[in-house]
Amino acid sequence: MLVVEGLVKRFGGFTAVSGVSFKVDQGEILGLIGPNGSGKSTIFNMLSGTFPPSAGSIRFEGHELSGLAPHRIINRGIGRTFQIPRPFRRLSIFENVALAGYFGQNRHSRARAEASAERALGMVGLPTDRGAPVDGLGAAGLKKLELAKALATGPKLLLADESLGGLDEAEMDQAADMLRKIRDELGITIIWVEHIMGVLMRVVDRVMVLDHGEKIAEGLPHEVAHDPRVVEVYLGTDAHATQAVAAARGGPAAGPGR
Amino acid sequence: MESFLEIFDIYLLEAVLNGILLGGVLALLALGLNLIFGVIDVTWICYAELIMIGMYGMYYLFSVYHLPYWVAAPLSILLVAALGALLHFLVIEPLLSSPPINQLLATGGVLFFLQSFATVAFGIEFRNVGIKLPILAVGEMNFSYARLLAFGAALVGMVAVYVFMRKTYVGTAIRAIAQDRQIMALMGVDARRIYLITSAIGGALAGLAACLLVLMYDVHPFIGLSIGPITFLICVLGGLGNFVGGFVASFLFAEIISLGGLFSDLEWGYVLAFGFFILMMFVRPAGLLARRA
Repeated sequence: MLVVEGLVKRFGGFTAVSGVSFKVDQGEILGLIGPNGSGKSTIFNMLSGTFPPSAGSIRFEGHELSGLAPHRIINRGIGRTFQIPRPFRRLSIFENVALAGYFGQNRHSRARAEASAERALGMVGLPTDRGAPVDGLGAAGLKKLELAKALATGPKLLLADESLGGLDEAEMDQAADMLRKIRDELGITIIWVEHIMGVLMRVVDRVMVLDHGEKIAEGLPHEVAHDPRVVEVYLGTDAHATQAVAAARGGPAAGPGR
Repeated sequence: MESFLEIFDIYLLEAVLNGILLGGVLALLALGLNLIFGVIDVTWICYAELIMIGMYGMYYLFSVYHLPYWVAAPLSILLVAALGALLHFLVIEPLLSSPPINQLLATGGVLFFLQSFATVAFGIEFRNVGIKLPILAVGEMNFSYARLLAFGAALVGMVAVYVFMRKTYVGTAIRAIAQDRQIMALMGVDARRIYLITSAIGGALAGLAACLLVLMYDVHPFIGLSIGPITFLICVLGGLGNFVGGFVASFLFAEIISLGGLFSDLEWGYVLAFGFFILMMFVRPAGLLARRA
């Protein structure tokens, strides 16, 4: 479905992503992990058209995407959520989602926009009444709104950016189940970028690990968790993630110590 | 003594009502400018010159080519709407990420360009479309039909824009885009198209204003100088980009001008209004309806 080859992004003299290739198959959930600054968000930004790649190609359903404007990529069927929710606060919850539904799909139709907004809000469990304001939502609610906006654009592929930062553990599990439900019920393919590995490993079909802009591992969750390079990257840098690696290996699910 | 009070009250009422009529037209002028500033974050210094071009459009279509008013008016509105979109496409879009001062200077340049263009193309003579509308007498009060018509049309224009902004998704996008341009794109919205539509609407409002002003004033290449400053003062008084603030400020300004004119000459009305503006800039520098920091 998505074929990425030799993707490179340079910012001046700094290479944020150097020659990353990967494939995503129809209907799978691919986890994308790596320490801070490893190039995960840069890859997402290139996939969604925020900036063009310096080199390499992104082919989606056989069509080249690199160089297309962001709104064209959305219209091709790639939705995106942000790590930090960015709703329009002066619009209601429904208006936010319906706006995405109206412009996100190729045929601009009011009835379709409102129908897809209602479906998306129902899917994530937010109220579908027209007037509910954004200001009443907490961190978990804002994440749901972000997801509903992306769903309303009618994506075939969903780029979910670190969806769980700032949530407590029950909310994390809920959100992870939500992504699985979106794949199972709507048939939407998902790439999921996440810091918190434990919960990600439980849901994804495959994992890709980045470090310093390079792909260092790719495979099934339990394979990747045992990969010595992955362990090395995570051991030295992030105790939080190390616990998650341990958890994914089948050890006791040690929660992050707070 | 009693009869004096009676007459005075009639004049006062007449002045208040005329102030409301003037306020409607000023509010229409302010709305276009506020729309552009609120959505695109750019100030069209040459806004009043677009109105001037629209007034010439009316003059030529109506007086020279003898089209009926109700045919000439929509054509003039279309002309200025196209001009607004062209202004955005040629001047604003290349400067969108430039510092505000560059955008001001560029649209300021367009102001002089349009003034000079009009001088060369149309000459410096004062032109009048020659529509003389009667005076409406209610009791002892007099109202000009031109002003009533202008007020009504301005109101219709403003309501139309309001409904468009509230009831359509393009309007919703226009209201929201100022907050986050990047997110708009990721919801599938082509920001450039939204800006172009907004500029065309801003131009159309200037065109509508032109169709109405031409009933009351002669057109000449420098008429923008008598429309522009007061429009900018109203927008700043209401808080640039604040639609409701601009609306309130328009009627406030119009009443000060109208009532000031009642007690003395019309010019003193303007002096009072501008004095009020200077005072308010000290009291509420961010505009009438600005939230306190």
